[in-house]
Amino acid sequence: MGNLEILLQAPIFSVQLLIDGLLVGSIFALAAYGMALLWGVMNIINISQGDFVILGGYVTLTLYNAGIHPLFGVPVAAVVLFIVGWVIYRAVIYRVVDRDLFISILATFGISILLQQLMDQIFGADIQSVESGLGQFFLFDNQVTVSQIKLVAFAVVIVVGVVLVLFFKKSRMGQAIRATAQNARAARLMGINTDRVYAMTFAMNAALCGAAGALVVMTWVIQPFIGLAYTIRSFMIVVVAGLGNIAAVVAAALGLGAAEQFAAFLLGAEFQIGFVFGLLVVILLVRNMFLKRQRQVLK
Amino acid sequence: MFRYLKPVFAPLTAVALVMSFAGAAHAKVEGDTIILGAALSFTGKYKTNGKHTKNGYELAVKKVNEMGGINVDGKNYKLKVIYYDDESTPARGAQLAERLIKQDGVQYMLGPYSSGLTKAMAPVTEKYKIPMVEGNGASRSLFNKGYKYLFAVLSTSEQYLAEAINLAAQQALAAGKDPSSIKLALAMENDPFSQDIRAGVLDDAQTHSMNVVIDDKLPKELNDMTVTLTKVRALKPDVLVVSGHSKGAATAVRQMMEQKVDVPMFAITHCEAADVVGKFGPGADYTLCATQWAETMTYQDKYFGAAPDYAKLFEKEYGYTPPYQAAESTASVLVWVDALQRANSFDTGKLRDALAATDMQTFYGNIKFDETGKNVAKPMVLRQIQSGQYKVVAPTKWASDKLIHPRPKWSER
Repeated sequence: MGNLEILLQAPIFSVQLLIDGLLVGSIFALAAYGMALLWGVMNIINISQGDFVILGGYVTLTLYNAGIHPLFGVPVAAVVLFIVGWVIYRAVIYRVVDRDLFISILATFGISILLQQLMDQIFGADIQSVESGLGQFFLFDNQVTVSQIKLVAFAVVIVVGVVLVLFFKKSRMGQAIRATAQNARAARLMGINTDRVYAMTFAMNAALCGAAGALVVMTWVIQPFIGLAYTIRSFMIVVVAGLGNIAAVVAAALGLGAAEQFAAFLLGAEFQIGFVFGLLVVILLVRNMFLKRQRQVLK
Repeated sequence: MFRYLKPVFAPLTAVALVMSFAGAAHAKVEGDTIILGAALSFTGKYKTNGKHTKNGYELAVKKVNEMGGINVDGKNYKLKVIYYDDESTPARGAQLAERLIKQDGVQYMLGPYSSGLTKAMAPVTEKYKIPMVEGNGASRSLFNKGYKYLFAVLSTSEQYLAEAINLAAQQALAAGKDPSSIKLALAMENDPFSQDIRAGVLDDAQTHSMNVVIDDKLPKELNDMTVTLTKVRALKPDVLVVSGHSKGAATAVRQMMEQKVDVPMFAITHCEAADVVGKFGPGADYTLCATQWAETMTYQDKYFGAAPDYAKLFEKEYGYTPPYQAAESTASVLVWVDALQRANSFDTGKLRDALAATDMQTFYGNIKFDETGKNVAKPMVLRQIQSGQYKVVAPTKWASDKLIHPRPKWSER
């Protein structure tokens, strides 16, 4: 446990891990919002979630290559992906919304393959990244670095979260989405155009992923075939957080982010992902126990 | 209904079978053309390197044909390569190897791109006893299976970064220190290729009894190295070696720069493929990059002259500087040419023996195979990025420039 000693002797490094974990988690939170939304409203688990993220990254890269500051990529990628999402809904998703969960998983898996190959054709298979031009904050005698782009990401996530909550509470469309999530049939009887609601939901999810992708390409690197990592991560966050609660999604994303940084430091990087999956199993077991107990009380 | 068609099907099948055998018998050499076969990645994640490989093969074929072709048994033959797209998937590669051999009758194979694809195709070529010369499969596991028909012109993966360890030892001695005082940090992707590299590095570290303080295996799904770099800041190793294909290279250089992590020696693979100079500019300076070949080296052969001449010709033809993936592909074709001429025969058995006895110099380097089929005559090269230029700094015999050691601290740049 040599690594634990480092943390005990120089606690400053745990500050670094904590900050990084929280900020990394915030980027995943965006894609996880979208997944929770989609899952909750349409009962669709979107396998192509990560590919939307990567596509958002490529939109930002295209802007960057055209000489536009990549930070504009965040809104632009969101808008472009909103349109892409709408088109994909109209082309494919509306056919599978009310069907078995398995069918929609297959359909989105197909979309994922299609998007990967298209991105490969258009942008090439090389690793790409974008320089945001933002620097780092160096704290505690340069022992802790905080990259400013990750702070921006954090701010974006908070702002988007608040906007989403307001949207669902105040706007007509938001209310319609919530009503549809509760009971699609009843919503339809009340005169809500659920088809439109679904289209809106799917497009909003794609837009959230697009914004996340813009942040990813400024923070790390992208490549047409690495989307799945983002799909799995958002899936995991949603499983931990549950569907209906944006604050819980943020908390789960940040918590998982921090937990995996510590796990990677203490156990070695090879256990970073494994640890998170282990944690997922534990959380599911614990949840299951609590749920069982509730059910017994209800009887 | 099929019952009634049976009498029709049986003769048809027989005819088809006979035709396919008849085709196979003639296809290896058609008229005055010798046909080589290759499955390459034209789509999917390896398509960039698949293109480099094809360009390398094509340039060799063009040059050899221009210079009169190959003389076998008193007759001149031209070269031609049949290509298929393996879609960057090993399963498809294996199918295509089968197809090239069984349907197209190809008897002389060129390798695909990447160790994974080569690993999928080698059992097939081995089964049919068809020799394959490859320049893009470096994994150690290709050469411990007892394959008899596989020949690789490139240095194998455990050699990739071992040179960096020796260089660090030399630097320590020059500074009057004991190499065993050196602290090593390793961050290697958790895939067969990078783990081979790790094994090679650890072997050399052991010979110098160096101390390995960090030994991280980076998950494939991950593109963040912050944790490892935090450890580097805490433990202050003397050497950091990173391997993880282009993604690992780009991530390592980027995060070292952003987080201003100081380490006296920093060595990685795939600098060129990740274009770290183009992406990160001065941030990539002083990085040591392992490469199979550099266009500044002085090896030569009669087809291409010296390495710089090859580079010039390649650039004229395809409009970009040849990466080593192209050079080693060209060299694979040259090995075939040499073997065909020495064997003076089209018999695959004789050709295999001729290939095994190869001992030649090409613009790419010396080529001589050991009994496992890997090239033991060519060392890996280390280049250091100095003011945005790749300069050969090791091994000392081929070095064109002096190593800048230790890397200047970020605060002093």
